[in-house]
Amino acid sequence: MLETLAFYINRAVQQGIPLLFGSTGETLTEKSGNLNLGIPGIMYAGGICGVIGAFFYERGAAVMNPFPAVFIPLVCSLAGSLLMGLLYCFLTVSLRANQNVTGLAITTFGVGVGNFFGGYLIKTSGSSVASLALNATSAFFRKTLPFASKLGAFGTVFLSYSFLAYLAVIVSLIAGILLRRSRVGLHLRAVGENPATADAAGINVNRYKYGATCIGSMIAGLGGLYYVMDYASGIWSNDAFGDRGWLAIALVIFTIWRPDTGVLASILYGGLYILSINNILPTGGVGAVKELYKMLPYVMTIVVLVLTSIRNKKENQPPAALGLSYFREER
Amino acid sequence: MNRTHSPLFHISKRASIPWYISWAIRAAAIVAAMLVCALVTMLLTGADPIRIYVTIFQGSFGTVRKFWVLLQELSILLCVSLAVTPAFKMRFWNIGGEGQVLIGGLATAACMFYLGDKMPSGLLIPVMIVASILAGAIWALIPAIFKARWNTNETLFTLMMNYVAIQLVSYFCNIWDRKGSGIVGIINPNTRAGWFPVLAGRQYLLNVLVVAVLTVAVYIYLRYTKHGYEISVVGESERTARYVGIKVEKVILRTMLLSGALCGIAGLLLVGGTDHTISTTTAGGRGFTAVMVSWLAKFDPIFMVLTSFLLAFLSRGSSQIAQNFGLNHSFGDILTGIILFFIIGSEFFINYRLSFRASSEKEDGSHA
Repeated sequence: MLETLAFYINRAVQQGIPLLFGSTGETLTEKSGNLNLGIPGIMYAGGICGVIGAFFYERGAAVMNPFPAVFIPLVCSLAGSLLMGLLYCFLTVSLRANQNVTGLAITTFGVGVGNFFGGYLIKTSGSSVASLALNATSAFFRKTLPFASKLGAFGTVFLSYSFLAYLAVIVSLIAGILLRRSRVGLHLRAVGENPATADAAGINVNRYKYGATCIGSMIAGLGGLYYVMDYASGIWSNDAFGDRGWLAIALVIFTIWRPDTGVLASILYGGLYILSINNILPTGGVGAVKELYKMLPYVMTIVVLVLTSIRNKKENQPPAALGLSYFREER
Repeated sequence: MNRTHSPLFHISKRASIPWYISWAIRAAAIVAAMLVCALVTMLLTGADPIRIYVTIFQGSFGTVRKFWVLLQELSILLCVSLAVTPAFKMRFWNIGGEGQVLIGGLATAACMFYLGDKMPSGLLIPVMIVASILAGAIWALIPAIFKARWNTNETLFTLMMNYVAIQLVSYFCNIWDRKGSGIVGIINPNTRAGWFPVLAGRQYLLNVLVVAVLTVAVYIYLRYTKHGYEISVVGESERTARYVGIKVEKVILRTMLLSGALCGIAGLLLVGGTDHTISTTTAGGRGFTAVMVSWLAKFDPIFMVLTSFLLAFLSRGSSQIAQNFGLNHSFGDILTGIILFFIIGSEFFINYRLSFRASSEKEDGSHA
């Protein structure tokens, strides 16, 4: 019984980690007043860039060393999502374009890039199935602590993940502390709440917007990388990432813009998904009910969104300037 | 004086700009985007750019059938864009078009599925129309109620409603499908109950006509009616609207009802007039593309014909490229993305003026 429970918690965490990366990145971005709806595309881009890096290293290297096998895809992934973040910033911050439109265009573009290059690599590799397997690289990414499996349920629940999963937790905890307790975080929140006031106080609004959005994009991109290399065991198939990017955005609202709460909330989201696909929740013998369970994260998010707006507590609101471009000379 | 840091250029808002300059800037952006697209395609395929452009044109105008497919794509995209526009004009960011279209389509499919053999087509089609409009309107009304009453963030709410709708469709697909694959297949293939009539031998003609009428109607509604005026006042300044005695809550609810109803009609046209089936991809991302179409046209229904033509043309063209050069279909998304980035970026040069340091010093000199 305990073993089964531990197993499911383990699955839920693995399912939740990509969402955690995505939501931490998006929270940082939104705190600067940028509503980046390009996150799904950026996570795709992060994933595929990692895959491209891994593909060429696996092909090129005669003997694979652990360090470059992890380092190359990691850097490629970060670079890819950074470029997407820069593009978003250039259009919305420097050129003051509408954030919703730009974000959606980034998502179209990112998903297109992911599926196009994914399809291209699958064709190049001559694979007979519609997927690309990077087992060797994945094995390095999935390295876990050697003694985790010996510690029973405790090991399964807490110690059996790869380094990226722990990185996700650490990054979101740091982001939480940074936002609430540091001067940088204070400035960032000021930029998201009221950029004109922040500007008057001598904060460089554009620098904060660029910084938060680019770092946020890189963090989100790691979610795509984790999904391919770890969750999917190094197998890329087109569209497999699904709507996790949108779930990550939902998670931002669900956690009321608190990255540290995201650690548990992402496991909850992952858990709901695991429960529904494994027939643990009652379906009354109708398999279709599973599809309704998949609705739950979104419905819960709506409920949280509605409740926070009804209770109208100041600290639980979206950043006041969320979605608005800032132009100093506009009053 | 010379020691002080002065930026390389100064950005200022343009008061107004003649329409021909603003359209010239947009045209320049599209030309630049097409050049980049050709460059990207060349790098990836090695084909020469002339052939690429020819292929893009073939995708839409190659055969009579392809032209009709283009018209169909254009009209559905235009319908969704018309739907989201009234909401955008009042600064209500309805990005839930996808879900509202799907729910409209789902209601249509449900009527066809359950009532197809119970009533004659003459009665069934009106029932489908009412059902789809109601479904779309209700789906849009839910976020509107919370926005009007508690100022709940509508962008995030409508976004979440999309996925609730997708899962609902997915649920019914699994219920209706008898083989267990979750794919509904063509509904009423033999009786054709609930299929829209084919006008003049052209399957898509009816859709095109309906959307043409809607375009004019929305144009008149936004431009020449009291409702349309109230929408633009609320969009410009909610405080002004309240001050002059407009009931903002009522305008929000009414406009979102209209927005959702039009999305429902798009779903109706997709299911009843085009696909005769339903799946989670029936809306096909049009709810999101429509946001861009509407925004690019500055929320003007007539210009929206142009912008939705542009996007439909590109998507047909790039799937033709994909087919001819053996690339996968996502290539179209990359090209569309590049072109959107250029157009989005070009808006900056329409709204703002860049004055460089040298020229601004001259101006200062002349004033002094």
